[in-house]
Amino acid sequence: MAISGVLRPGFVQIRVLDMAEAIIHYRDRIGLEMVGTEADGRVYLKAYDEFDRHSIILRECEEAGLDMMAFKVSSEACLDEYEEKLRGQGFEVTAIAAGEQPGVGRRISFMAPTGHRFDLYVDMELSDNGPMTNNPDVSQLDPRGMKALRFDHCLLYGGDIDGTKKVFEDILGFSTSEVVVDDDTGMIIALFLTSSNKAHDLALVRHEEDGKLHHVSFLVEDWTSLRDAADIMTRYDISRDIGPTRHGITRGQTIYFFDPSGNRNEVFSGGYAYYPDNPLRVWQASSVGKAIFYYERELNDRFMTVVT
Amino acid sequence: MTKKGFQISIQGSDKIMTCREDESLLSGLARYGQKEVPAGCRQGGCGVCKIRVLKGKFETGKMSIKHVSAMEKDMNFTLACKTFPKSDMVITVNIKGDRKWQ
Repeated sequence: MAISGVLRPGFVQIRVLDMAEAIIHYRDRIGLEMVGTEADGRVYLKAYDEFDRHSIILRECEEAGLDMMAFKVSSEACLDEYEEKLRGQGFEVTAIAAGEQPGVGRRISFMAPTGHRFDLYVDMELSDNGPMTNNPDVSQLDPRGMKALRFDHCLLYGGDIDGTKKVFEDILGFSTSEVVVDDDTGMIIALFLTSSNKAHDLALVRHEEDGKLHHVSFLVEDWTSLRDAADIMTRYDISRDIGPTRHGITRGQTIYFFDPSGNRNEVFSGGYAYYPDNPLRVWQASSVGKAIFYYERELNDRFMTVVT
Repeated sequence: MTKKGFQISIQGSDKIMTCREDESLLSGLARYGQKEVPAGCRQGGCGVCKIRVLKGKFETGKMSIKHVSAMEKDMNFTLACKTFPKSDMVITVNIKGDRKWQ
């Protein structure tokens, strides 16, 4: 299947308590490039292997967490179709004019049943510092810090994950690659959605409070890159949650850690290639330890409770 | 030069723990393997290590206002990961972290 409709996670806007500390973390430690600071104080960054202008936006605020996650869509016709279908299902859709973020075309925005704001857009300017296209070297800029290649996905926590699943599957054309279900009732506790060939582009966990961020994930090249990232975490005394380890779900390799405002980040590598004809992979909650942390085979205390 | 240490106790416990003034209360207490104050993000964002200071002086770093409101701050509620002792202290613990005191 050719990928059309929703292409990928495009950008995420994160609230940080202290902008100067956040810039050091995301630019120097994770290794993102600074794109610019706008008059409203928002700071724009990108990973070195991304073509588009920006993927991470930082907004200084007294409360940490997620403002919104945005997905890039293949055509205006798709965007119009999503808008119509969302309205048809009773969602309030807000139009955001081109230029609200520099270099980004018009967006539509809606609040999902889990209390998360999602934006959809078609156009973003290309970066001058993106991957080379003519006899391309592996990178145009020298990778820095943890050498994050791209913004990869988010895991979000909220109440009505069935409702958000329905929106992403029925309206936005995502597939569910894996679920964690209660052994007795079959109720979905966690689910992993993909719009692409990746094992997940968005993950959701059922939680008592809506609108929460579990983590923002960055792709790195391989297992060795995770070792190097772990070295940086210790050297700079970055608050680490767990890892390097592997997820049973997606089979990705991972380290969870925290930014200076307590928002969880992940560096992630690997994971299987997903195709929409793949059968759903199902984990019983009694095996959730292995599903989340394949080597530890148990959740740590923080996995279910620490969110922003 | 050894940094100055202060004696920290949790209300209802006889155990005295020492915390340096250049480290957070959470880091100091972590050396004792205590479980009363859980560690979350350790960065002032998640609210899991919320405590109330009953006695003693302290300074704080930036904390998410969602977990310590201005009014709570005035009542000496704080997050252990962003609390730096300036004297001996007695604290009380909110185990659930996100529960609001009434």
